[in-house]
Amino acid sequence: MTPPQFHAQTNPERLSDWGVLYADQGALRVAEGVQVYRLATPLFSDYAQKLRTVWLPPGQSARYSPASVFEFPVGTVISKTFYYRRAAQDGDRVSEAPNPEATSLDLRDVRLIETRLLVRRESGWVALPYVWNEDQTEARLTRAGASFALRQVRDDGGEEPFTYMVPDSNQCAGCHAPNVKAGQLQPIGLKARHLPAEQLGAWSSAGILQGMPLAADLPRAIDWTDESIDVGSRARAYLDINCSHCHNRSGPADTSGLVLDLSAEPDVAMGVCKPPVAAGQGTGNRRFGIVPGRPDESILLYRMESTDPGAMMPELGRGLAHREGNALVRRWISTLPGDCGVSAT
Amino acid sequence: MSASRPESKRAARSRPWRALALVLVSGLGLVACEREPQGAVSVADAGYQATLIEQLIDAKPGQVIEIPPGRYAFDRSLTLRTDGVTLRGAGMDKTVLTFAGQKSGAEGLLVNASGFTLENLAIEDTKGDAVKINEGERITLRRLRIEWTGGPKTTNGAYGLYPVRTRKVLIEDCVVRGASDAGIYVGQSTDIIVRRNRVEFNVAGIEIENSRRADVYDNEVTRNTGGILVFNMPNLPEAGVGTRVFNNRIYENNTANFAAKGTAVASVPAGSGVVINANDQVEIFDNTLRDNATAHIIISSYFSTGYMNSYSVAPGFDPYPEAIHVHSNRYSGGGDSPDGLDLKALKLAMFGLGGRLPPVLWDGYVDTKKLVGGRLPADQALCIRDAGAVLNADGPGKYRNPALDEKSFRCELPPLRAVSWEPAG
Repeated sequence: MTPPQFHAQTNPERLSDWGVLYADQGALRVAEGVQVYRLATPLFSDYAQKLRTVWLPPGQSARYSPASVFEFPVGTVISKTFYYRRAAQDGDRVSEAPNPEATSLDLRDVRLIETRLLVRRESGWVALPYVWNEDQTEARLTRAGASFALRQVRDDGGEEPFTYMVPDSNQCAGCHAPNVKAGQLQPIGLKARHLPAEQLGAWSSAGILQGMPLAADLPRAIDWTDESIDVGSRARAYLDINCSHCHNRSGPADTSGLVLDLSAEPDVAMGVCKPPVAAGQGTGNRRFGIVPGRPDESILLYRMESTDPGAMMPELGRGLAHREGNALVRRWISTLPGDCGVSAT
Repeated sequence: MSASRPESKRAARSRPWRALALVLVSGLGLVACEREPQGAVSVADAGYQATLIEQLIDAKPGQVIEIPPGRYAFDRSLTLRTDGVTLRGAGMDKTVLTFAGQKSGAEGLLVNASGFTLENLAIEDTKGDAVKINEGERITLRRLRIEWTGGPKTTNGAYGLYPVRTRKVLIEDCVVRGASDAGIYVGQSTDIIVRRNRVEFNVAGIEIENSRRADVYDNEVTRNTGGILVFNMPNLPEAGVGTRVFNNRIYENNTANFAAKGTAVASVPAGSGVVINANDQVEIFDNTLRDNATAHIIISSYFSTGYMNSYSVAPGFDPYPEAIHVHSNRYSGGGDSPDGLDLKALKLAMFGLGGRLPPVLWDGYVDTKKLVGGRLPADQALCIRDAGAVLNADGPGKYRNPALDEKSFRCELPPLRAVSWEPAG
C-alpha cells in the first residue's frame, strides 16, 4: 500500500491513494506517521463517530496560534472518517453508542460512511469528500455528495429513521469558510481551545507543533460532557464548536447579528433578548434568541431541536436532533438570570 | 386605542401593528384558491442533481451553465462559490427546479460569489429561502419564477430572492409567490435596483432592509400582506438609508399575515401598501396605490413593532423614520377594512362605519431630542404631499388622541439620487 503522500495538483479518485488510511484485513487502519487526534468537544453530526487524523510531510511542523487555527505547512492532509457502530447485521441500523477511542476500526463492528479530507495546497485548503463502498474496502471521491437512508437505534431501544447527507464539495465551505468575505477554507477543530492539552503536548514533543506556550498558558479545552465543569462553560463550548464557524463576527451568519463564539458577552449579540433578523419560519413563533430562564421561549433552542431544513441550526450536517447537546443548552438557558422586559410569547 | 385592547396586560407594550395582526379572520386565506392552476405536473428528473452540482463545483469565471428545459428534483441545496458565473434556464416556465423533496440545506441555491447572474428559470417549494446570495457584488437576478406552489403558508420558506451583504444588485422581471416572509428581500446591501417584478401572495412583497441606495420601481405588487417594506433592524452593523419607491402598482395587498411570530414582518397588518419602519431618507412617489384595506402608506418607528425593549436593541440604533418624502402618488380605495381591532376601532371612531382611514398613517413617534421649535430639522422632516391629511395615530400617547394633520407635513425634501449602477446585458 501507498505511504502517506501529498497530491499537490490532482484529486485522486481513491482515498487509498493518499495513504493516510487504509482498509486492510477487516480493519480500517491509520498509516505510520499519521497522528490520530480528538477534540474536547466535537461538532455533532447525526451521532456519527469520527476518526480524525492529521499528517504533515516529514520534517515539517505546524505553528501554534492562541486563538485561530494553527498554521499548517503545504502538504498537510487532515482526515475525518464518519462511521457508526452497527446495531445489527442489517447495515442500515446504526447505534448511537460512542466508540471507545480507536486508532483502528474493526470493520465487522462499524459502518463506514465517508472520509473527508482537508488538504493544504499552495493556494489554500481544499475539501475532498470520499464515500465508502458497501464492502468497506475503498472510498471514492464523491464531489456531488451522497445520501444514505439509515435508522438510528437508541440506547433505550427506540429507533428513528434519518437520511445521512454527505455534503458536496461546495457545501464544505458552508462550515469551513469562517470568513465569508475571504471565502478561504480552513480546518475548524485544530485550534488550541478545542484540543486537549496532553495532545498538544504530544505534538510538541514529536516536533510537529512549534511555538506552543507553557501548559499554564494554554486555553482550557472544555469537554461538554464533563459534569465537573459548570454548565455555562460547557454550553458555550458546545455552541462554539457547533455554531461559531458561521456565527462569528466575520462569518456567513454575520448577517444575523448573532455571535456564538467564546468572544461574545452573554448579551444581545449572543442572542439574549435579541429579536431575529431573518429567521423566517425558524423563529418557531418565538420572539427572542435567548429568553433567560425560558428555554422553551428561546429561538436558539427551537432551531437546535428542529429537523426541518428550513428552520434548523446548524443548516447543514444533521438530520437528527442532538438530544444531549440540546439538553445542555436547555439547562444553561434555564440558569440565565433576568428577563426580556416584554412577554416573550 | 389602548382602551380597545382585548388584554390589559398588553397595554404596557407598544405593539399596535402586531396586536392588530393577531385578530385576523381566516377569510382572506382563500385568496390562494384564486391562483391560476399550474401547468400539468410532470415527473421531475432527480438524476440531474449530481450533474448540476458538479457543474457548479467545476465552474470557472466567465462560464455560462445552461439548464435545459425540464423539471428537475433536488433533495439538497445547491451552492456556488465561483465568481463570474451565469446560471441560465430556458425560461421561467420551461426550466423548473423543484425542492419539494428537499432533505438538507437552508436554501434552494446559496451563492457566495461576485459577478453572478441567475436567469430564465423557476425554483419551487424550497424548505427555506429559494435563492440566497451572501456577500458579493454585481448580482443579477432576472426572469425568475420563485414559488411555493401550495399558496401562502407559514411553513413556506422565508425569502424568495435574498441578496444579503451585496453591492450592486439588480432584480428584474421576476415573479415571486408564497414566501412566508418577503418575496424579494434585499438586506444589508448597497446600490440596489428592483424593477418590473411581480410579487404576490407573500407576507411582504418586496422588503429593503438595512440597505443603502435602493431604487424600487415598475413593480406589480399585489395580494401580499404588505406590499413594499423599507425597514431598519437593530443589532446590525449598518443602518438603512436612501430608498426610492416609485412607479409601482401596489394594490389589494390584503392577504392575511401568515408569517411566523417573532419575525419583523409578523408585525405588518394585512392591507398595507408601503410600510416604512425606522428607515431614513425614503422617497415614495408616482406610485399607484389601490384598495389596500388598512392604509396605502404606513410610516412607523421601531416602537410600533413590539420588539423594542431595553435589552434587545444595541446602542446607536435609531428607531425613528426620518427624512421621509411622500409625494405625487395616486390613491384610490383602501383604508376601509383595517387589520386588527385597534385600527378598526380607530376607523370607526374617527370615520364611521362606512368611512375609511386616509392614505397615509403615521404612528406618531418622533425623536424629541432632535426637535427645534417643536419640529424636526428640515432635512429630517416627514414631508407628505398630495395625500390629504395624514392620520397621526398618537403611539406615544398610547393612541388616545389620534388626529388628522396636513399642515405639519407640508414641506419639501430634495429628491434622492437615482441608483447609478446599471448592469451590462
